[in-house]
Amino acid sequence: MLNTKTAHELIDLLNKGQITQNEILSDLKSQIKKTEPKIKAYAHAPNNSEPVNKDSFLKGIPIAIKDNICTKEALTTCSSHILDGFIPPYDATVIERLKEKGAVIFGKTNMDEFAFGSSCETSFYGPTRNPWDLKRVPGGSSGGSAAAVAADEAIWALGSDTGGSIRQPAALCGIVGLKPTYGRVSRYGLIAFASSLDQIGPITKDVYDAALLLNIIAGHDERDSTSVDIKADDYLSCLKKDVKGLKIALPKEYFIKGLDKDVEAAIKEAKNKLEKLGATFKEVSLPHTKYAVAVYYILATAEASSNLARFDGVQYGLRCTGAKDANPMITMYKQTRGKGFGSEAKRRIILGTYVLSSGYYDAYYLRALKVRSLIKKDFDDVFKEFDCVLTPTSPTAAFKIGERLDDPLSMYLSDIYTISANLAGIPAISLPCGLTKDKLPIGLQILSGPFKEENLFRAAYAFEQNTDWHKIKPDIKV
Amino acid sequence: MEFETVIGLEVHVHLKTETKAFCGCSTEFGNEPNTQTCPVCLGFPGSLPVLNEKALEYSVKVALALNCKAQEFIKFDRKNYFYPDLPKNYQISQYDMPIGLDGFIEIDLENAKKKIRIKRVHLEEDAGKLIHKEDSDYSLVDYNRCGIPLLEIVSEPDINSPLEAFEYLKNLKLIIQYLGVSDCDMEEGSLRCDANISLRPKGEEALGTKTELKNMNSFKGVRLALDYEIKRQQGLLGKGHKITQETRLWDEDKQLTSSMRSKEEAHDYRYFPDPDLVPFTFSKEFIERLKKEIPELPKDREERYTGNFNLSPKEAEVIIQDKDLCVFFEKCVGLGIEPKKIYNWISGPLLAYINETGKQVKEIKLEPQELVELIKNVDDGKLSNLAAKGVFSVMLYEGTTAGEAIKKSGLTQISDEKELEEIVKKVIKENPNSVNDFLSGKENAIMFLVGQAMKLSKGKANPKVVKDIILRRLKNVS
Repeated sequence: MLNTKTAHELIDLLNKGQITQNEILSDLKSQIKKTEPKIKAYAHAPNNSEPVNKDSFLKGIPIAIKDNICTKEALTTCSSHILDGFIPPYDATVIERLKEKGAVIFGKTNMDEFAFGSSCETSFYGPTRNPWDLKRVPGGSSGGSAAAVAADEAIWALGSDTGGSIRQPAALCGIVGLKPTYGRVSRYGLIAFASSLDQIGPITKDVYDAALLLNIIAGHDERDSTSVDIKADDYLSCLKKDVKGLKIALPKEYFIKGLDKDVEAAIKEAKNKLEKLGATFKEVSLPHTKYAVAVYYILATAEASSNLARFDGVQYGLRCTGAKDANPMITMYKQTRGKGFGSEAKRRIILGTYVLSSGYYDAYYLRALKVRSLIKKDFDDVFKEFDCVLTPTSPTAAFKIGERLDDPLSMYLSDIYTISANLAGIPAISLPCGLTKDKLPIGLQILSGPFKEENLFRAAYAFEQNTDWHKIKPDIKV
Repeated sequence: MEFETVIGLEVHVHLKTETKAFCGCSTEFGNEPNTQTCPVCLGFPGSLPVLNEKALEYSVKVALALNCKAQEFIKFDRKNYFYPDLPKNYQISQYDMPIGLDGFIEIDLENAKKKIRIKRVHLEEDAGKLIHKEDSDYSLVDYNRCGIPLLEIVSEPDINSPLEAFEYLKNLKLIIQYLGVSDCDMEEGSLRCDANISLRPKGEEALGTKTELKNMNSFKGVRLALDYEIKRQQGLLGKGHKITQETRLWDEDKQLTSSMRSKEEAHDYRYFPDPDLVPFTFSKEFIERLKKEIPELPKDREERYTGNFNLSPKEAEVIIQDKDLCVFFEKCVGLGIEPKKIYNWISGPLLAYINETGKQVKEIKLEPQELVELIKNVDDGKLSNLAAKGVFSVMLYEGTTAGEAIKKSGLTQISDEKELEEIVKKVIKENPNSVNDFLSGKENAIMFLVGQAMKLSKGKANPKVVKDIILRRLKNVS
């Protein structure tokens, strides 16, 4: 079954002429037929008929794309009612780059509405389920991308990560997820949640594919002022570098109450493994870690409240108009946004509007900005001495559908270990490092200094090559 | 009670860049609606703004020319409000770190000069245009204007009369036109002006309650609206009423202002730094380069004209009103003609022609050397002043050289004494009364006789020679 293979394995087979692109597509489609009705990883089902350049690098290997990345020929709705039916008039920069390399866009994956969530339950199209346990969430917000890859309904995928939205679902689904340095990958065409935190990144079956995919999408883009004009490394060549001598920090603030015992044990074991391979470890302190969730929910919602203002029924997407009244324009705004946004989106818009309001701006937004710079400084200090930081990706394995939906605070705490990387703008990767007693995947998170993705790949690849966690596939109960 | 008027002006100027402030769309005026748009200026999901560097340079030049302190660090902020002409429902503007701060403009009053302080100069994007069709239940939006770079120049409340406001605007417009960064055309909307006005009892420090006046379509309109508003406020205050803080619209047809919205309806714009645009740090070299690119400004030019060219301040002002006229004037001076003589030709026949045809100076096909040629013809006695005016008119309307125009008009001056003797003979014969007047001591009568000779010669006679001949002949008679 070609759908179970990684992209780099398929490239080899295609290059050798042993398989065709059509065989890959047909294996994927039969898997989708079998498992998708239960998993619901896709918001908009794969529907490709593009001609493929056989001489291109990827030779038509399909890729699943999160529903918030603009694709010219396919619906892009952020899994929200308000964008239902929206087909963008342009491709995101990452999509252009993928197409240039010969990738085929293969479906748009389900997500928490506008990426607001950690469980993929707030989608207008209904929840996605975790392939390891259909009663559980795949994590979020890129839950559809992670579930599709984990269930072999996709070879690989793109997600977006604002506070952990790539890494946490990758961890909960037992695959690899990478959030690049802020500015490493162009955001042009990514429908913004929080512009200063959002980053597009790979969701893959192994570390090699993550490096391969990052090689394609990374690099300066003059259409995104926040994309950085620093030449991207060849990440595949980083894989070959040894882990020996790599200095890794263990932040004590991450190993605290609330961390699941199985998860903690798996991380300790991963640490031991890397130590045996030649890395050195030392405990450090990231003293402002405890403020990260609070700072995040002020800054991210503030930006979101403004970013989502454009969904008003005027130009595109849903438009609701009511009976003629004194001010039909205001009525259109109210009804469109009232019907178009789900409750979590509304909660965040209201929260963000509040923290930016006159009289509250200084106490909330401005103060959060200041603490954000302290959190960044914590990391800057650590990376003066260390190459990487090692932590759990998520405090627990996948939780049950509905379990945290009515308790926003407990849901927000799902991202307690991932949020800091976004606030600091640094890269971080999650890769599988074990299973809980209930046979649920556990994710290991490795962080490094800005534009030092090389260090992530060195540590992650060495770990992966010396363990078998990435080879274990879920037994999907269909 | 005697009141003092306090006025502050907010001027918006369209910068004359080829493309919009944050995308590559054309800024041309007057094209079909929505033909100059793209995903960025339409605020489509996922699109990102990239600052037009020309717009930034133009703005910094204006700030420097208005004597603002050069800023080292500027940033862009989002001004959030809902309106269909604003596709993102926020405007990219500048809040607390604008391009210019603390400048001034000097204006000439009857007996003195006065400094009007400039509070700030900031760059923002313009909104689209709403078109309301009468008797219909919809409105249309034209986004061609949306995203055009707009410079806002805010004065301190240092203006104490409508006349001062008029002078301030005149000077501001001239400075910006000299910089070549805007047409400042109020009719095309490339310059807009709002005014804040309040009254306070003479001698009092505290400011009175202000109203904001909008919708003035010309500098004259600004003056009239302010005149009206002063009378309205005086009337209310005189009766012991209070002024309501509100925005009032000037009605050009009815010549009055009426209330648009009160302060209670004012927005909370929730400004915050736009995370899509990185802040800019200006290097000293950048500022120095722009300083060097600033041309001679109107005030300096006026000084040069009165100093080097011996023009009176009034005369200098006539020419400095138009940068192209200055160029023309100085080219003529450079060809060795006395400045005052050139001034007379410009202020008289040339400006008359401009007023009559409504043409711009740069549209006129008149080479400086041709005017110089014409003046030389007069100086050499080949053309009378009167005839030269006729020739000049031919040159302007038909775009010919001086030589061609003279030939065409057959206007070469007759200085040949024999030919003129005949004419003079006839004049003396036909005007015995005037001859007698002259002979009896009325010296002015000679001018009448010369005039008659000119008439007979259809303006071609050299009046000096004619006069000599008449004098000689009449002396012989006596």
